[in-house]
Amino acid sequence: MAYPDLFFYLFAAMTVLFGALVVANPFSRSPVTSAMFLVLTILSLAGLYVLLHAFFIAAIQIIVYAGAVMVLFLFVIMLLDLRDEEKRRVKIFGLVTGLLATGALGVLLVPTLWQSGVGNGLNPTFEGDTKTLGRALFSEHLLPFEIVSLLLLAAMVGAILLSKKELK
Amino acid sequence: MDSIMDFIYLHRELVMGLVKICAVLAVLLPMVAYSVLAERKISAFIQDRVGPNRVALPLLGSVPVLGPFLTRLGIWQPLADGLKSFLKEDFTPNYVRKAYFWLAPAIALIPAFMTMAVIPFGSYIGTEKMVIADLNVGILYTFGIVSLGVYGLVLAGYAANSKYPFLGGIRSSAQMISYEIAMGMSVIPVFMLVGDLNLGKVIQHQSGGLFSWIIFQQPVAFFIFMVAAFAETNRLPFDLPESETELVGGYHTEYSSMKFALFFMGEYSNMIASSAMMVTLFLGGWTLPWFGLNANAPAEGGLWIGIAHIGIFLAKVLVLMSIFIWVRWMLPRFRYDQLMDLGWRRFIPIALANIVITAVILYLKHAP
Repeated sequence: MAYPDLFFYLFAAMTVLFGALVVANPFSRSPVTSAMFLVLTILSLAGLYVLLHAFFIAAIQIIVYAGAVMVLFLFVIMLLDLRDEEKRRVKIFGLVTGLLATGALGVLLVPTLWQSGVGNGLNPTFEGDTKTLGRALFSEHLLPFEIVSLLLLAAMVGAILLSKKELK
Repeated sequence: MDSIMDFIYLHRELVMGLVKICAVLAVLLPMVAYSVLAERKISAFIQDRVGPNRVALPLLGSVPVLGPFLTRLGIWQPLADGLKSFLKEDFTPNYVRKAYFWLAPAIALIPAFMTMAVIPFGSYIGTEKMVIADLNVGILYTFGIVSLGVYGLVLAGYAANSKYPFLGGIRSSAQMISYEIAMGMSVIPVFMLVGDLNLGKVIQHQSGGLFSWIIFQQPVAFFIFMVAAFAETNRLPFDLPESETELVGGYHTEYSSMKFALFFMGEYSNMIASSAMMVTLFLGGWTLPWFGLNANAPAEGGLWIGIAHIGIFLAKVLVLMSIFIWVRWMLPRFRYDQLMDLGWRRFIPIALANIVITAVILYLKHAP
């Protein structure tokens, strides 16, 4: 078995395992532990991106999600000190709706993946290209790119507005 | 024996990678130990004291002239410090969260070592490139790993389960996230000049004489990067996460023995890593504009040039390390609101303006 294949199974198994531990950890019900497993899930996903030669996406995934978003999550969880969360029981309603939603997503995803078949794979190299990505973003996909950036700007302004106690 | 040679031949990249990792760690760890000594000696010099001058080895200490000289330099002090951290009682208070309490020092140390992977510490020895992983997105990898460094401190603060460490952990996460933005924005002009994210290419760009070093083309970027590096490594004047006058010791208040030493090592290896980064990005990396030392070492007979390149790189790192130490003993600590003000309302706008100005100049230069 070639290295990339081996690593694929390793990272895929890690992603699934850590992802499961985020929502259902038999050893700890602490929200901080869940958040830390979510960080590990994100890191293993970044590993999968590297195997797909999407180095830029992998790096951004780590910088943005693991390095910034999850730190803020952790920050909030720690400040709120959610002790009640550890005593919470699983409710029947939540379980049923959750299973329904996952099932529906599965019905959509599994046949699609089944039909798309397996690709040829890529030649393993240790280098990634950012120029092609940049060119694609700023020429072919310029409009969606600009729309997304506007959306982010709006979200940012909204967040600042919400966090201000009084407007002068 | 043949099978071993076959294995090395087949997995050359793997074997060379492991050799380089071991070599880098073998240099890095003593450097960490002796940076602590340098810190103590330089602080002693600045404060008109003597500093560590007592540790002597049994045999070498009694060699005439040389023995007492080395002892006065404190050259054996790191040995004594290391031994002390191993032998002291490793005390775990009974109110801490055990799992995180054990994990946090390791999580603080690992990213500090991992950032070294993409730094080109020399040109070539033989045909082997002197960098562990020559990634095309080198700088992004570094920023990714650096952004993970905050978990060690936050978890240490959380694990201790008491007020001062917790405040230290919270402070560190806010501080590191804020300065990561300024740091990330300050290097964008560098890559606009170079046109590539690969750190090897950055050095190539700087090999055309002293004034092709990026520090002379982007002094503002260098300044912001350096100050942000001070904040990222929790060094004075930005050591608020552990400021001992307010928070006892911040996130590592409850730690003792080797666990405390791991945080200490993490801080110093972070300093070395960020110095190495600054050398690579702004100070020409392993090049020197004189004696033809700014070209790659040739594969045939270039062994000494290759070793000289590594020496130049290390020397530049040591200069920056002494600036780190010097600043710590010269400047008072910032207040927390001043720290945030500096990061968000001074550095980020200046860095943004720097990007725009660089873009305009580059456009005018290359416009038809």
